Amino acid sequence: MAGQTLYDKLWSQHLVKERDDGTALIYIDRQLLHEVTSPQAFEGLRLAGRKPWRLDANLATPDHNVPTTVKERAEGNAGIKDPVSLIQVQTLDDNCLAFGIEEFKINDPRQGIVHVVGPEQGATLPGMTVVCGDSHTATHGAFAALAHGIGTSEVEHVLATQCLLAQKMKNMQVRVEGKLGTGVTAKDIVLAVIGKIGTAGGTGYAIEFAGSAIRDLSMEGRMTVCNMAIEAGARVGLIAVDDTTIDYLRERPFAPSAGQWEAAVADWRNLVSDTDAVFDKVVELDAAGIEPQVSWGTSPEMVTGISGEVPDPSEAADETVQQGYARALEYMGLKPKQKITDIKLDKVFIGSCTNSRIEDLREAAKVARGKKVAGSIALAMVVPGSGLVKRQAEAEGLDRIFVEAGFEWREPGCSMCLAMNADKLGAGEHCASTSNRNFEGRQGYGGRTHLVSPAMAAAAAIAGHFVDVRRLAGEPQSAQEA
Amino acid sequence: MQKFERLEGLVAPLDRANVDTDLIIPKQFLKSIKRTGFGVNLFDELRYLDEGYPGQDASKRPLNPDFVLNQPAYQKARILLTRRNFGCGSSREHAPWALEDFGFRVVIAPSFADIFYNNAFKNGLLLITQPEDVIDRLFRELQAGEGYRLDVDLENQRVITPSGEILEFEVDAFRKHCLLEGLDDIGLTLKDEDAIRAFEQRHRAERPWLFRETAQA
Ligand code: SF4
Repeated sequence: MAGQTLYDKLWSQHLVKERDDGTALIYIDRQLLHEVTSPQAFEGLRLAGRKPWRLDANLATPDHNVPTTVKERAEGNAGIKDPVSLIQVQTLDDNCLAFGIEEFKINDPRQGIVHVVGPEQGATLPGMTVVCGDSHTATHGAFAALAHGIGTSEVEHVLATQCLLAQKMKNMQVRVEGKLGTGVTAKDIVLAVIGKIGTAGGTGYAIEFAGSAIRDLSMEGRMTVCNMAIEAGARVGLIAVDDTTIDYLRERPFAPSAGQWEAAVADWRNLVSDTDAVFDKVVELDAAGIEPQVSWGTSPEMVTGISGEVPDPSEAADETVQQGYARALEYMGLKPKQKITDIKLDKVFIGSCTNSRIEDLREAAKVARGKKVAGSIALAMVVPGSGLVKRQAEAEGLDRIFVEAGFEWREPGCSMCLAMNADKLGAGEHCASTSNRNFEGRQGYGGRTHLVSPAMAAAAAIAGHFVDVRRLAGEPQSAQEA
Repeated sequence: MQKFERLEGLVAPLDRANVDTDLIIPKQFLKSIKRTGFGVNLFDELRYLDEGYPGQDASKRPLNPDFVLNQPAYQKARILLTRRNFGCGSSREHAPWALEDFGFRVVIAPSFADIFYNNAFKNGLLLITQPEDVIDRLFRELQAGEGYRLDVDLENQRVITPSGEILEFEVDAFRKHCLLEGLDDIGLTLKDEDAIRAFEQRHRAERPWLFRETAQA
């Protein structure tokens, strides 16, 4: 019999019961809650007179709606000007208090984007099942945790039963072998993967990212890769446990106590696909061939290397693609064959659950150090993923580098990733963004999002248009450059 | 979910076909963080003369005196009698929430829209289908005098009219079971409570660090 994949192992370790109709009851170890998708779930519990099954499995924090300016944040919840947002955040506070769920409130230093907070606290551990009412829950798969987004009625289901009704997915392996070029990052890997397999390429699969280029990534980089598995259509992204995983978790607040650490690590070491495991599909990429990526369209698969150009819709393979490209170019205000480096920018956003961790900020700061944001850029902002990331960055002096260069240094939250708070693009504005979705209107009505890595975003802020970060950083021309 | 076994209750008539979910609960009320409180906005456009928005004090709004649910005789109605294709339109679960929050537990009509049908049963609202001519007759009986009541017996799948006439109805066995037992998806999963507890115990023994109280002990 063939061996098991990492996904197979995680699945069977959590299988409570298989039903005749092909669905299964899966036990959930961790649920992360935020203010947008939880209110009706709590309301449902109340209406039915139910209690959460296991309080210690839950952890909550407000992130989607919170303001990111220092002045408003100083006022706590009262600083939230939009009444609907305010009610959502207050309702989360009330529900957590009433049910006894641990919450990092708006001005708790540990508050932040759920997908940054969970791993940072060690609340995401290898071998766990992790759910959250948010599609980017795939992020936590970087720890070899089976993690995916769920809907509000499922949030209620997990609260009440500690289980989820699920169906087993198929296995896909994405192997990225070789060494990344200087200035090329995890974000570029995942954008290149999506560019290759498309936004529906992973539908129905759990994707395991493997290969030497993935193993060489830090945990922050691995989270960036798994975060965007959903943009390739896969609800689950996974990376096997190794020393990097274990070193990251040591002494995190929610990590196993000293007495249990050794046993936990021994258990985690098994969280890798067996060498003879069979995947339903395998995709291979050469790391050395990946350039810094920039998305030009309105879907994450509409992406190309920095030395590339906007495609000519008339040259696309079939009519549907042609139409899709033409519509995207019209929305984005771009011309066929326009060089990526000629795209002028109005705003720059460094943040989101994809790229707001300490390492992301370090990479951006390295590029921004001693430089100035171009005069043509109306707003360049850096939004750390959590209060602890912010503190760490300030301890390292990164905030000063950003502020001196002309970036705004903000308070943690989702911010302009989805523009639910006051941080938005204006109609027609082009933004270099380290977030994960470039859909029409995502960052504000009529706004034009280009997805890039933190280093590429910082470089673009300084130049006023996209540039090859490898050149800006003064690196010697590498062999991979076309 | 509230159990449903038998209900003897006042009937309100809504003499109109194709009542869509926007008519049942207009989209501006979907922003709410709750799944209760929609009752005051049930049939908002028919019920009030002004335009409704969330968070308003409904008691201050001008009522449409012609609308049936505004008439004192129907204030305590538990059963809604209406026409074909009730609940068409969007998939909003707010529609059954609003009907139930007002006090309805049963809707009787010649036919219902699919998604609404599912959503209703999931939320403990019983939908009964009867042929057009039977519905016509019920409307006529109801209009003949005040205080028309029906006796709905889910167990035996029949409705008994004031004159003692028995109307049989069809209901899917699984849905009937869930309603009689008061089981929603969560209720169903909780039927496996023993299996979940047993799994949890084993899981905790094998990997205590996944449980915070034990991990911190
Ligand atoms: S940062 Fe963006 S993608 Fe991530 S959880 Fe927040 S809104 Fe969703």
